[in-house]
Amino acid sequence: MSELAVPTEGRPTLDVVEVRRGAFGVHGSGDTSGFGGLVRPVALPAAAERPFGAVFDVIADEVEAGLTARGGAFSDSVERVLVAHEELTFVVRREHLLTFMSVLRDEPGLRFELCLGVTGIHWPGDLGAEFHAVYPLLSITHNRRVRVQTSCPAADIHLPSIVSVYPTNDWHEREAYDFFGIIFDGHPSLTRIEMPDDWLGHPQRKDYPLGGIPVEYKGATVPPADERRSYS
Amino acid sequence: MADVTFESTEFADSYETTEGRVYTVSGQDWDTVLAAPEGEHERIVVNMGPQHPSTHGVLRLILELDGETVTEARCGIGFLHTGIEKNMEFRTWTQGVTFVTRMDYLAPMFNETAYCLAIEKLLGITDQIPERASVIRVMMMELNRMSSHLVALATGGMELGALTAMIFGFRERELILDIFEMVSGLRMNSAFIRPGGVVQDLPAGAEEKIRETVALLRKRYKDTANLLVDNAIWLARTKDIGYLDLTGCMALGVTGPILRATGLPHDLRKSQPYCGYENYDFDVVTADTADVYGRFLIRIQELEQSLRIVEQCLDRLEPGPVMIGDKKVGWPAQLSVGGDGMGNSLDHIKEIMGTSMEALIHHFKLVTEGFRVPAGQVYQAVESPRGELGVHLVSDGGTRPYRVHFRDPSFTNLQAVAAMCEGSMIADVVAAVASIDPVMGGVDR
Repeated sequence: MSELAVPTEGRPTLDVVEVRRGAFGVHGSGDTSGFGGLVRPVALPAAAERPFGAVFDVIADEVEAGLTARGGAFSDSVERVLVAHEELTFVVRREHLLTFMSVLRDEPGLRFELCLGVTGIHWPGDLGAEFHAVYPLLSITHNRRVRVQTSCPAADIHLPSIVSVYPTNDWHEREAYDFFGIIFDGHPSLTRIEMPDDWLGHPQRKDYPLGGIPVEYKGATVPPADERRSYS
Repeated sequence: MADVTFESTEFADSYETTEGRVYTVSGQDWDTVLAAPEGEHERIVVNMGPQHPSTHGVLRLILELDGETVTEARCGIGFLHTGIEKNMEFRTWTQGVTFVTRMDYLAPMFNETAYCLAIEKLLGITDQIPERASVIRVMMMELNRMSSHLVALATGGMELGALTAMIFGFRERELILDIFEMVSGLRMNSAFIRPGGVVQDLPAGAEEKIRETVALLRKRYKDTANLLVDNAIWLARTKDIGYLDLTGCMALGVTGPILRATGLPHDLRKSQPYCGYENYDFDVVTADTADVYGRFLIRIQELEQSLRIVEQCLDRLEPGPVMIGDKKVGWPAQLSVGGDGMGNSLDHIKEIMGTSMEALIHHFKLVTEGFRVPAGQVYQAVESPRGELGVHLVSDGGTRPYRVHFRDPSFTNLQAVAAMCEGSMIADVVAAVASIDPVMGGVDR
């Protein structure tokens, strides 16, 4: 959370993950355009309050009952609930992830049989939660989807592996490890999967350069994609 | 590892490990190993691929053998990894289409549609997509499903020795690629489906051409079916091979024809329709054998269902726009297919260069800068020929995706190789992998 995420009375707190300054990706050079003073917070949708709408309340109730039956509490496991674009997301604390996943899989009212893998997102500006991991799930029985999100700080880049609950996540966790360096504790063999075994670095991190060479065409030179003007 | 000296009569290299002496043989040098003293525990590990003709592209299978029986099977992937997801973070939302179409190169229309549907969901414009654009999307996807299944049948047949099936499959697929070329200018990687609709309307004569092709395909695909369905050799090679039941599919996240071959009628086109699939009349094909033969039958019968959907699409095509009316999203390009492929239409160039400076500025800004997508994340899935193709899209509110992840069905389904192959013969590994129908472009991305 950055300094811009000051809670305002009566309004939901935005989830500010980063603050951008300037324009066109120009930094460190003399700015005469005036655009250099631009400040743009990157805010993800704020936490949702009950009622979540549609069947989302039913899912949340079932999750709460399942967690209670396993000796946990909803408020301990779930940091917040997000509802956006008719999709439900549980933001779960990483230490409760494994229990949470078994609730989703095993409760008769939930029955999320299919886990559709895991993917990382690197938010270098989201201090204390630089690496997010997102697990989309599908229940064929009830024809519902849900998303579970968790995070870990860059200083302690560990998440529990859920391969014991969803074996399909074997390769997906290897991929997230390969691309982001997230270490999934308890994975049977956490090795690189897409990059060569001796590769250095994790390419999907935001501080990992895209690379590329300038291309000459009819005398003019086009710089590589990551050195062109950007509008974000 | 010791250096191999080719002056020596012994080609095989060998070295000591904690599990005993390990020999590396590469062909024509087996004698040197046979002469070697046998340990009490002999294991043979064979690399099949990544350049083996029956491994569907650059898939490496690591097989541990006991005679001809496979005792352990593992996959090595990553040989076709091109960093598409990373590259897309440096291109505009629209430019991303040209990347995603190159992932699963046998099903480009599905990659494009999934990606565009996700963007539209994040923009909140799903309801504004013109009806004609959705119908064209469905039609292109179903044509693509047929061409993909035809390749699956062709290569699968070839790998099991049925070369005529290969000739037939590629012959039929060519008919569909001709349609793609006519409509989009390109046979593959067409980048035809764009955020907000499709890049251009069907050219004159396309509907008649598609009608003719559908009629021809309906007759011709039965050639492949008749050749194999009751063929004793084909049955012997595919029945009860590569068995994977419903429990296995669920645990390993396997979707598509492999899942439907266990008897579960799971198809996202029915259960969570998109692009208006709820308006089409078609059946979800299942089998109950959970083996290679069941998956083969499903692909054959899905050809028939796709033909039905394409015919309904042709009947539903009403004149109208094919790109969203919102000028801040839909490109003003008005492309047309010229003699040298797809390009800007001359009328449009005349307008922006000759009469309207504002139109020129707008065109320039929209093409170079692109449109902004509100910050947030969505997940959108479509039923590709291989199963659930999911897109996880994250935006930071900018003109480029912050993160794009594709849950490609080939990637997940390949995990089933060990479950399908261990305990079977080497020859059955070929059949099992062919029935998974992995496309390495999608696996490695």
